[in-house]
Amino acid sequence: MENKVSSACETCSHFNAEGLKKLGVNTKNFDFVVALAGNPNTGKSTVFNALTGLRQHTGNWPGKTVVRAEGAFEYNAQKFKLIDLPGTYSLLSTSQDEEVARNFILFGKPDVTVIVVDASRLERNLNLVLQILEITDKVVLCLNLMDEAKRSNIKIDVRTLARDLGIPVVPTSARFSEGIPDLIQTINEVATGKIICKPHQIKNVPENIENAVKTLSTEIKKQFPSIPNSRWIAFRLLEGDTQIIEALKTGELV
Amino acid sequence: MVNKNTIDNIIALSSDLRWKIGDDFHDGLAEGIYADASEIANGSVSIDNEKKRFRLDTKIDKIVTSKTWGFPIMFMILGVILWLTIIGANYPSAMLANLLLDNMHPALKGLASSIGMPLWLDGFLIDGVYLAVAWVIAVMLPPMAIFFPMFTLLEDFGYLPRVAFNLDYMFKKSGAHGKQALTMSMGFGCNAAGVVATRIIDSPRERLIAIITNNFSLCNGRWPTQILIATIFIGAVVPASFSAIASLSAVIGIAILGIFFMFFTSWALTKTVLKGEVSTFNLELPPYRPPRFWKTVYTSLIDRTIIVLWRAILFAAPAGAVIWLISNIYIGNESIATLTINSLDGFGFLLGMNGVILLAYIVAIPANEIVIPTILMLTVMASGIPGGEGAGVMFELDSANATGDILKAGGWTLLTAVNLMLFSLLHNPCSTTIYTIYKETNSVKWTTVASVLPVIMGVVITFLVAQVWRLF
Repeated sequence: MENKVSSACETCSHFNAEGLKKLGVNTKNFDFVVALAGNPNTGKSTVFNALTGLRQHTGNWPGKTVVRAEGAFEYNAQKFKLIDLPGTYSLLSTSQDEEVARNFILFGKPDVTVIVVDASRLERNLNLVLQILEITDKVVLCLNLMDEAKRSNIKIDVRTLARDLGIPVVPTSARFSEGIPDLIQTINEVATGKIICKPHQIKNVPENIENAVKTLSTEIKKQFPSIPNSRWIAFRLLEGDTQIIEALKTGELV
Repeated sequence: MVNKNTIDNIIALSSDLRWKIGDDFHDGLAEGIYADASEIANGSVSIDNEKKRFRLDTKIDKIVTSKTWGFPIMFMILGVILWLTIIGANYPSAMLANLLLDNMHPALKGLASSIGMPLWLDGFLIDGVYLAVAWVIAVMLPPMAIFFPMFTLLEDFGYLPRVAFNLDYMFKKSGAHGKQALTMSMGFGCNAAGVVATRIIDSPRERLIAIITNNFSLCNGRWPTQILIATIFIGAVVPASFSAIASLSAVIGIAILGIFFMFFTSWALTKTVLKGEVSTFNLELPPYRPPRFWKTVYTSLIDRTIIVLWRAILFAAPAGAVIWLISNIYIGNESIATLTINSLDGFGFLLGMNGVILLAYIVAIPANEIVIPTILMLTVMASGIPGGEGAGVMFELDSANATGDILKAGGWTLLTAVNLMLFSLLHNPCSTTIYTIYKETNSVKWTTVASVLPVIMGVVITFLVAQVWRLF
């Protein structure tokens, strides 16, 4: 493995290189499950490789990852199992790869979901981010491809973005392993509850829809107080999603 | 268990509310999300338009996806990659053959006799298993070690989606999904990988078409066969200074023919058993990214080359054993191999090939990579050419010329070579791919179609070529 210092981060006292161990495919006895979600071709597999030390094949085309890949890393004596999900633009339609991603976030109940976004195409990527934030509140935004954004003269105010979304935001250039130590630290803090997220909820919904959603989600919350994402389930029920109705019946969502 | 009543109440409430909203729910929600996204992005993103970068990506795209230059550039890139593979693989191949076949094999034989190993075991292990494995390494490793890294570099650069963009119109015409261009490109590396990649296609109908036709992408197990035969036979019929160009064009021609058959079969399927509408999709053209050269070369060598080579070795070892056995087990006066070859010869002749080639394709069902070594060995055995070390021995050949001499002595002509190249393109997928197709489709019917259809096409095409060829 490489021993040379590749960024200033690694010389900083906050960087805990001793505490990080890349475990490759050894995914046994983990303490936390971390899911990697995001639009296609934003570098999820590259982030995955940087975290696990694996060499999951990467390529510059959307749709490269179709199979769920698993790996692991250890940080401060705690084991994290990492799942690389297929890239999707949204979770609202029902194609096969979207279902894999959605079902894992919903039913797999990961301890942390890392959403990898393309910093130079942030607005388009936020579509998926906002949907995931309705499902789970343990989220880290990995603002990847910062090098490309910089080359296109795009500047992102990371703190404003984090405040607006209500989740921690970590800028990275995974291809050059920049920002990865920071990302690991943040994943750890969200997993252990040091950082509590207050995720953004979709606001600009037409009034009649918003009212219906409120009525329904209040009812769901009343009947199933343990369901964390009643609002999102209300969205899906109003859409007529049979899979969610089924999951509600079998108690899978509770 | 959850109380059924409460669930029913919630579902009833939701249908009630859905009724009130009408059908704009989906659009209303989607618009809401977009509006939020836009607000948030505006709050934190600033673009310095003053220094707006010279849009190199757009300039490159204008050329590589243009109507005039798109296709020529595609073929040129394919040509350059194959050219480098063909030229570059020669030397390491010869060196490996020298080491593994000329030096290691006699050494192993000497060792075996010095420890008094019984002759049959020595033949089975060293002349059968070892030689088959050594052959596969010598023939396959160099071209793969050149082809895969170059293909991966192209992939990392971001060229594949442009190929999909260029071919989209043709896919639409043939009734297939435009993303099939991506799975087809993956098939050029390995058909099993190409079949798995079809998961990016949403529509089951179009996905099935992509799975069935993936075998028409020449996989890396078949590139070496094409390259070797083209170098020996096609390259030999033109003046020496043109031989490299001629063999290169022949190989590219076969690859393009494969693409043609892929379109044709897709079209035929959509007109018959898999009728339906072409679905639309968004294809994002990602920015070009300069690949991290050494890292890419390293990972593609480790992950692709070594894994594929290892698989070839796993299949070559038992195949070598089988070849040695069928050449050394006699029924009456003839070995099983000779009997089979003789009985297949008539049919082989009709197809412009011979019994040896057909038997080799049966032995090589597990892996396409071992076709050429099997053919050479069976040819020597069947024609009794001196130089072979005895029945079932894959003897030493350290150059394409020596291979050519053996094949010509075995009665091969230009027609045999052309039809072997065609048959190598059009025959059943290897066992790994067949198994993958079954896993992906979960259907015996479609797995059978995908396996048998190419063989039928191969038989028909080679038969027609042979008949027309013999007319002149």
